[in-house]
Amino acid sequence: MEQPFAITLQVESSLANHTGSWRVERPQYVNLMPPCNNACPAGENVQKWLYTAEDGSYEEAWRALIVENPFPAIMGRVCYHPCQTVCSRAQLDEAVGINSVERFLGDLAIEKGWSIPVTAPSTGFKVLIIGAGPTGLSAAYHLRRMGHAVTIRDAADLAGGMMRFGIPKYRLPRNILNAEIARIEDMGVRFQMNHRVDNVQDAIDDGFDAVFLAVGAQIGKRAYIPAGEAARILDAVNVLHDVADGEAPLLGRRVVVYGGGNTAIDVARTAKRLGADEAMIVYRRTREKAPANDTEIQEAIEEGVLMKWLSTVKHADAGVLKIERMELDEKGFPQPTGEFEELEADSLVLALGQEVDLSLINNLPDVEVREGTVHVDSNMMTGRAGIFAGGDMVPAERTVTTGVGHGKKAARNIDAWLRKEKFEKEPIPKVVEYSDLNPWYYSDAPHAVRPRLEGARRASNFDEVVQGLDESTALYEARRCMSCGNCFECDNCFGVCPDNAVIKLGPGKGFEFNLDYCKGCGICVTECPSGSIIMIPEKS
Amino acid sequence: MSDTSVKFYQVGSFAVGNRLLPAAAGSVQSDMERTNALTSGHRACQGCGEALGARYAMDAAMRAADDKVIAVNATGCLEVFSTPYPESSWRIAWLHSLFGNAPAVATGVAAALRAKGRSDIRVIGQGGDGATVDIGFGPLSGMFERNDDVLYICYDNEAYMNTGVQRSGATPAAARTATTQAVGPEPGNIFGQGKNVPRIAMAHEIPYVATATVADLRDLETKVARAMEFRGARYLHVLVPCPLGWGSQSCDTVKIARLATQSGLFPVFEAERGEVVSSTPIRQKVGVEEYLKLQSRYSHLFSPKRRDDVIDKLQAAADRNIKRYNLMPEEAGEL
Repeated sequence: MEQPFAITLQVESSLANHTGSWRVERPQYVNLMPPCNNACPAGENVQKWLYTAEDGSYEEAWRALIVENPFPAIMGRVCYHPCQTVCSRAQLDEAVGINSVERFLGDLAIEKGWSIPVTAPSTGFKVLIIGAGPTGLSAAYHLRRMGHAVTIRDAADLAGGMMRFGIPKYRLPRNILNAEIARIEDMGVRFQMNHRVDNVQDAIDDGFDAVFLAVGAQIGKRAYIPAGEAARILDAVNVLHDVADGEAPLLGRRVVVYGGGNTAIDVARTAKRLGADEAMIVYRRTREKAPANDTEIQEAIEEGVLMKWLSTVKHADAGVLKIERMELDEKGFPQPTGEFEELEADSLVLALGQEVDLSLINNLPDVEVREGTVHVDSNMMTGRAGIFAGGDMVPAERTVTTGVGHGKKAARNIDAWLRKEKFEKEPIPKVVEYSDLNPWYYSDAPHAVRPRLEGARRASNFDEVVQGLDESTALYEARRCMSCGNCFECDNCFGVCPDNAVIKLGPGKGFEFNLDYCKGCGICVTECPSGSIIMIPEKS
Repeated sequence: MSDTSVKFYQVGSFAVGNRLLPAAAGSVQSDMERTNALTSGHRACQGCGEALGARYAMDAAMRAADDKVIAVNATGCLEVFSTPYPESSWRIAWLHSLFGNAPAVATGVAAALRAKGRSDIRVIGQGGDGATVDIGFGPLSGMFERNDDVLYICYDNEAYMNTGVQRSGATPAAARTATTQAVGPEPGNIFGQGKNVPRIAMAHEIPYVATATVADLRDLETKVARAMEFRGARYLHVLVPCPLGWGSQSCDTVKIARLATQSGLFPVFEAERGEVVSSTPIRQKVGVEEYLKLQSRYSHLFSPKRRDDVIDKLQAAADRNIKRYNLMPEEAGEL
C-alpha cells in the first residue's frame, strides 16, 4: 500500500497479529457464592440486594430482597445475622452491617407503602397452611407469588406466631410486624384466624390440594424440680404470650429464669420491664456454651439482668430457691459439685426449650414422628403425599429466619409436587474465600454502629432497643460490601490488561474478553477485587 | 457514627473505575472511548508492565492534550514489540528514532512545532531505562538543560530486557541479570552503583519531575495531566515490572509494582523546579522481602542460603526512602 512521505506503518496494523494464539489459559468471568448468601437460612441473595442498594436504588434492592424473604423489616430486627458472622469484610476491618441495611430497606418499604403484585397466572391449586408464624407466612407468600390459592389457619386471633407471642415488643415493634403481614394479606392470601386445626385429615377433606404444617413448637419443656406447695413456677412461653396479650403475669420483685437460650433472655429482659427489681438467669453451663445469641446476652447485662452461670435449680419453695454449683468436666459437660446455696426468688420461670404439639397429626399414621419432631424428606414432604411440614415442627435451628427459609423451600417443593414435577435446586457455586479477593482496592471504612437506647433507660419500658440507620449511614454500610465473587463493574480488568483485550460493554452490561488478543497473563484475575475472574486451561 | 454526611464509594479511586461516581470523575482508562494509544496485537510478553504503563501514560497525555500529541520513541522493548515491520500497534502520531537519541529527536520536533507556531501540539519522548539512564542520557540531560518543551517518560524495568536482560544503570542492587556476575563475586548487582535519574532530573531544576508505577493508575494519570500543564522540560519515571527479566509470574505485574511502593523501595513523589512537593504515602507497609521473594532475580537471597545481610541492606535502602520522601507521615509525626 502506498504510504505518505516518511510513514511506513499503518495505524493499529498490529491488529492483524492475533496474539491470543499464545495463550495456554484463558480468563473467565464467574459468579461465585458469597459467604453471606451461603450462610443465610432464608437463602437471601445478600450480595445482590446490597449491590443494588449501593447506587441508591432502594426499591429495586428491596424487590431483589423479597424474592427470597417477605420480611425485611422483621429480619432487620430479629435475625441473628449469620451472614455477618461469615462476612469477608470482617477480615479486612469489620463485617458489613447487612442486618441494619436490611432493616433500612424494610422500614422504607413500609413507609413508602411498596406492595407486591401477584403477576403469575392462577394455577387453580388450593393450598392450606396450618400455622401463621414465620414459616407458614413465608410459605403462603411464596405460594401466592407462584399463582396458587392459599389459605392460612391459626388458633390465635392474630397472625405472627412466635414473632407476636414469643418475641417481646422491645425487639420487634408490633406496627412493623403488622405491616409486613398485611402486605401478604394484600396479595390475596386468605387468613382464617381463631381456627384451630385439630385434625388435619378433616382439613384436607375441605378440598385442598396440598397442606403445609407449620404450627411451631409452643409447649414449654418440663423439668422435674422438687418444689414446695407455695413455690411460684411459670413457663417462659406462657409468660411471653401473656405479656404479648397485655396480661402481664405476676412475677414479683425477684425473678429467676432457668435456662440459657434466647427465650430465657427474652423473659429476663421482659421481667425487668414489668418492674422486677432483680431478674436473674440461672444456667447450668457457661456464657460461652449458652445457646443464646451473644448480643442478646450483652444487651441483657447492660439492662441489669444478672447472670448465674454453672448453676442448677435443685429445689423451689416460696420465696427461695436451692441452687447447686456445677463445674465443667474435661469434655465440657456440667457436673454437680455438691455445693449448694440459697437464692431469694419470688418466682421461677422455666425456659428449658419447647416441644411440638403433635396432636393435630394423630389421625395421620403415614406422618412419622421422630424424637418429638415431624420427619420430612429432602423435599420437606411428610410420609403422607401432599402433606408437607417445616419450621420448628421439624428438626432445625429454631429461629425466625430458619422458619422463613423453610417456608420458601416448602413452597417450591409444594409447587413442584402440585405440577407433578420435582423441584431441583440449582447447584451451589464455589463459596468465595477471603484469599480469592484482592482487598487492596477497597477503601478503608469501619462499620457504622446502630444507635441503641441506654441500658438503664430502656429496661424500664418496651420501646425498641436497637434503632435504625438513616439513609446516608445505610448507604455507607451497603457500600462497604466487597461483592465477593460477583462483578461490581470496578473496571479493573478493563484497565489492567496490557493487551487491551478486555471489552467494556457499558454500565450494567459487564465485560467480555477479546480472545483474539488475550495472551492469558492473568493480571485481570490477580487485580479483580471481588474474585470474579478465574483462569481455566485452554483445550490443547 | 455521628457524621451523617459520609461520602464513601466502595473502592474510591483505588480501582480503575467506580460505577458509583459520575463518569467525569472516572479515570481515563475506565473510559470506553479511551485512545488505546498502544492497542492489541503488540508482541510484548504476557503480563508486560511496559505495555501497560505506555498505554496508561499515552492515553492520559492524549486526553490532557486534546488528542494532539506526537510521540518520539527510543529503541528498546517498547519499540521492538510495538512496531515490528510491517505492523504498528500505535494509534497516535509516533516517530521511530535510535537507542541514544530520542530526547534529541523530541527536541527537534518541539523546535519544528515552535517554528510552525503550533503550540497546541505537545511532544512526548519515551523509552526504557537503557535508553534513558545509559545510552540516551547525554541528549536527555541536554534536553533538560535547554528546558525544551518535551515531556520525557522513562518506562523503567531495571535492565535491558529486549536484548536478554543485561544490567543497566537502573538495575537495583542485588538483582541478578545476565551480566551482573561480571561485576562482582555475587550473582546480584553490586551495591553503590547505578543512577537515580529522577533525582538527576531534579538537579537540572526543570519545571516538573515525578515518579509513578503501574500499580497506581490514578496517580500516574494525574501526574501525566499535571506534567502537561507545564511548558518546558518535564520528566516522568514509571516503574514497569518485567515478568521475563524479573522472573515473576505474568499475573503479578501490578502486584509487584504495588509491593515496590508499599515496601518503600520505589518512592512515588513529584517535584517542581528541583524541590519535592508531594509524595504518595505508604498505605499498607510491607517488608522488602514481600517484594523480593516474588522475583527469581532475587532468588539467590533465599537459597541455597538465606542472605539476611543483603536483605537487611535492601531494607535499609527502603527505610531511607521512607524517611527521605516522608512516605509514612503519620509514623514520622508520632516520633
